[in-house]
Amino acid sequence: MSLTRRSLLAASAATLAAPAIARAAAAPIRIGEINSYTAVPAFTLPYRNGWQLAVEQVNAAGGVLGRPIEVISRDDAGKPADAIRLAGELLNEQKVDLLAGGFLSNIGLALSDFAQRNHKLYIAGEPLTDALVWEKGNAMCFRLRPSTYMQAAMLVPEAAKLPAKRWVTVAPNYEYGKSAVKWFQQLLKAARPDVEFVAEQWPALGKIDAGATVAALEEAKPDAIYNVTFGGDLTKFVRQGNTRGLFEKRGVVSLLTGEPEYLDPLGAETPEGWIVTGYPVNTDTSPDDATFKAAYKAKFNEMPKMGSVVGFALIHAIVAGIAQAGNTDTNTMADKGFPGASFATPFGRATWRAIDHQSTLGTFVGRTALKDGRGVMVDWHYVDGANALPPDAEVRKMRPA
Amino acid sequence: MTFLLLQLLTGIAGASALFLVSAGLTVIFGVTRVVNFSHGSLYMLGAYVAWSTLTHLPATPLGFAIGVLATALVLAALGAGLEMALLRRIYRAPELLQLLATFGVVLIVQDATQAIWGAEDLSLPRPAWMRAFVAIGSERFPAYDLLLIAAGPAVLGALWLLLHRTRFGTLVRAATQDREMVAALGVDQRVLFTAVFALGAGLAGLGGVLALPDGSANLQLDLSVITDAFVIVVVGGLGSLTGAYLASLLIGVMQSLGILFVPKLTLVMVFAVMAVVLVVRPQGLLGRAAATVREAAAPPLVRPAPRALRWLAAAALAALIVAPLLVGPFTVSVLTEAMIAVLFACSLHFMMGPGGMPSFGHAAWFGLGAYGAALAATALAWPLPFALLLAPLVAGIIAASFGWFVVRLSGVYLAMLTLAFAQIVWAVAEQWSGITGGDDGILGVWPQGVLARPHIFYWLTLAVGTAGALLLRRALYAPFGYALRGARDSTLRAESIGLPTARLRLVAFAIAGAAAGLAGGLSAYSKGSVFPTYVSIGHSVDALLMVLLGGVQTMSGPIVGAFAYTGLYDTLLLATAQWRLVLGAAIVALVLVFPQGIAGATLPAWRRRAA
Repeated sequence: MSLTRRSLLAASAATLAAPAIARAAAAPIRIGEINSYTAVPAFTLPYRNGWQLAVEQVNAAGGVLGRPIEVISRDDAGKPADAIRLAGELLNEQKVDLLAGGFLSNIGLALSDFAQRNHKLYIAGEPLTDALVWEKGNAMCFRLRPSTYMQAAMLVPEAAKLPAKRWVTVAPNYEYGKSAVKWFQQLLKAARPDVEFVAEQWPALGKIDAGATVAALEEAKPDAIYNVTFGGDLTKFVRQGNTRGLFEKRGVVSLLTGEPEYLDPLGAETPEGWIVTGYPVNTDTSPDDATFKAAYKAKFNEMPKMGSVVGFALIHAIVAGIAQAGNTDTNTMADKGFPGASFATPFGRATWRAIDHQSTLGTFVGRTALKDGRGVMVDWHYVDGANALPPDAEVRKMRPA
Repeated sequence: MTFLLLQLLTGIAGASALFLVSAGLTVIFGVTRVVNFSHGSLYMLGAYVAWSTLTHLPATPLGFAIGVLATALVLAALGAGLEMALLRRIYRAPELLQLLATFGVVLIVQDATQAIWGAEDLSLPRPAWMRAFVAIGSERFPAYDLLLIAAGPAVLGALWLLLHRTRFGTLVRAATQDREMVAALGVDQRVLFTAVFALGAGLAGLGGVLALPDGSANLQLDLSVITDAFVIVVVGGLGSLTGAYLASLLIGVMQSLGILFVPKLTLVMVFAVMAVVLVVRPQGLLGRAAATVREAAAPPLVRPAPRALRWLAAAALAALIVAPLLVGPFTVSVLTEAMIAVLFACSLHFMMGPGGMPSFGHAAWFGLGAYGAALAATALAWPLPFALLLAPLVAGIIAASFGWFVVRLSGVYLAMLTLAFAQIVWAVAEQWSGITGGDDGILGVWPQGVLARPHIFYWLTLAVGTAGALLLRRALYAPFGYALRGARDSTLRAESIGLPTARLRLVAFAIAGAAAGLAGGLSAYSKGSVFPTYVSIGHSVDALLMVLLGGVQTMSGPIVGAFAYTGLYDTLLLATAQWRLVLGAAIVALVLVFPQGIAGATLPAWRRRAA
């Protein structure tokens, strides 16, 4: 009862206010943002730069619905329990209009569950877990980045072109690594019934025993390797692999490795010719991308990373949803505002899907190469997220009613 | 066959790396008895300092050798500084308080390192000689790994010579066996301890620099290394360098061969080895029974609180009861968490203070309770009262069965066995996705009906938490509690008057586990979800911090500590991006001002004034 009345009031207030005052004097729209700033700084600091740039641009252009936007940001210290407490603070003390953010999958899921419970929108930026919009999807949760499934699906067409028949996999031993391997195996076998997976390695996250892992993979005498490790583990894996010749004359398909966050630390040891998903930061992929990179570089005096794009696109994706809703009422945003709303990103336009609240933001697939002692992405092409998703019927089956 | 030989060599190279990390820790512990939690931070600093040094030196073997030496010296100087500025002041504080202080250092170093070197991983460009390999059969083996294989025994040999062929070494060995006697004979302990700490820190730095060419300097190094280092030190036997090397070999080789057969064992391998070793050899491979430490007289008998304090506690409780009527829903949620923390801290205090059994893995019971309640609530659709009842039952029963192995051990060995068990529980939670949801956890564990209202759930938590804390306290003033304390203070005398010390300790262990499980069950409902982080080492450390901050040898310590720690943490996390730096500094300051814990320091003062 009270909900209906409030939404009516809000709707009528918005109708009255929108045409009359389109200036910054209006009360800002408050976005409560939570991320792992201290736990995963290599990703989240460029991410913060990205959303700060977007907020500045949006407000300079007059905001949305005639109101400026304001981001109230919190550090979850990498712990779901802290994220939940801070979400409560943002909701009850800061009176935010919606929640956003997240890096780790389990924090994304905890926030999504919290949002459903408290009937507030939660727009996930980075968390990759498929469960967020499928098995554990709910009406209040939207997710921007291509999921683990989508990233794996983007690589499969390229992997299927390789002559390789004997494959091995190496992935961190937790949920993300497991689903990344599961989807890749399933989709590649569907595309190429003749391939077989002959060995797998599951190093503990952050504690890879790289020499032993590389040797164990080598012993399986594979034609090709599928890698899911990232960060410090990836650096160790690549170094041992280079010295021991694991990658020579073998196809390697590697998830996320083309992202500057993970490619840069490889430096002069970047193996050439790996098929990766990522962001070719050293070439402008489109006019929109060039504009973004120039603005980013002017403000922060460094090149953007994948995190910067996620943060930047997240704000524009939220703004598009609010604009289409016409107000910040939760039900209106969830039912009419976000589903179908389309927004510009440095990668091109993307849309919030109504069916599962996944955005169609895609990513680049290309090959690694060495240029002036640094790793770069070449031969890239953009894969629209819409083309890397399962058919609607399957999505409906996975998503709870 | 060549392949197995190769894998064996890889394991031995890994063992050298593990030994270099742990050698410094075991030297420091052997002499000063300091459980140096910041050892991983020194290792991480070693990697960063090495990166800065080596990128400015010629990429030749000579340049590398100079860089290695320089890094070890810089870290030794840092270690000496740390000892003189901080640890020297708290040697006489209760056991494990140094752990609290060095944890503060860990937090400070994390923020400082990020401020100095940035958030991005830094990797050292490898010149050709570092990337070279030798051919063994048809396989390649990294030449640098051969260097590592040699480095382990070389460092072990050099340390042996230092300890057995120099006056300094004689003094260090004497201090390891009986430091009071060494002091009584007129040796300047301050210089000795500073030197030992510098040596240990230098070794940590050496470990960091030698591992750099195989990976990168990054901000996760400190915590990823520290547990491995502790495991090696304990498996080898505290203070034994040869033991540490043997333990490194055992674990390094088990790891490299283990992943060939069961690749998914990576999460538990190290801890499973430690658990087996400690069950078979309670002092580690080469450990000897702990030297008698005479100054550790039995802690004074903790008496019931004076009347004024009871009134104060009653007033605080009254304030907590009416609080939800006066404050907003966010503060209510913070208070709910604080009450859960109080119960969690009291349960650890129960076994650690009066029970004399410190635990580095107390989160195991908290997590088992949380998972028990969450599974009952979701998979079995049990109503809250039953699910909440199940939490302490599950945790208590598992604690009782596991406790059989634990109570035969003592001190740090006991603490590390609990850590091993917690890591095994954590690995099961991560790995058994079908039941636990793996890393994605269990969602939707929210209370229903009237309890869904935050302040009603808070009152439930307050009631359960207070009742739990009071029951624990009651047990400690019952004959059981006095018998337990007797068993702690003198096992021999307690047994000679017919007390079944092992059974007493086992019961205490099970009760503590059950109480922690109850806290976990409440937490599952208050957060609506359960994740493996509930069982993580970080969560176990939280419990230790709260108890130590409050004071081990008091009854009100864990309560004061829980409120102080959660209050500080929650406030700082909201207030500043540099919360780690400020929290670390606050912990260090509190340790220096209240070496007996906050309650431990204020209560005697109170009594003196009252008397």
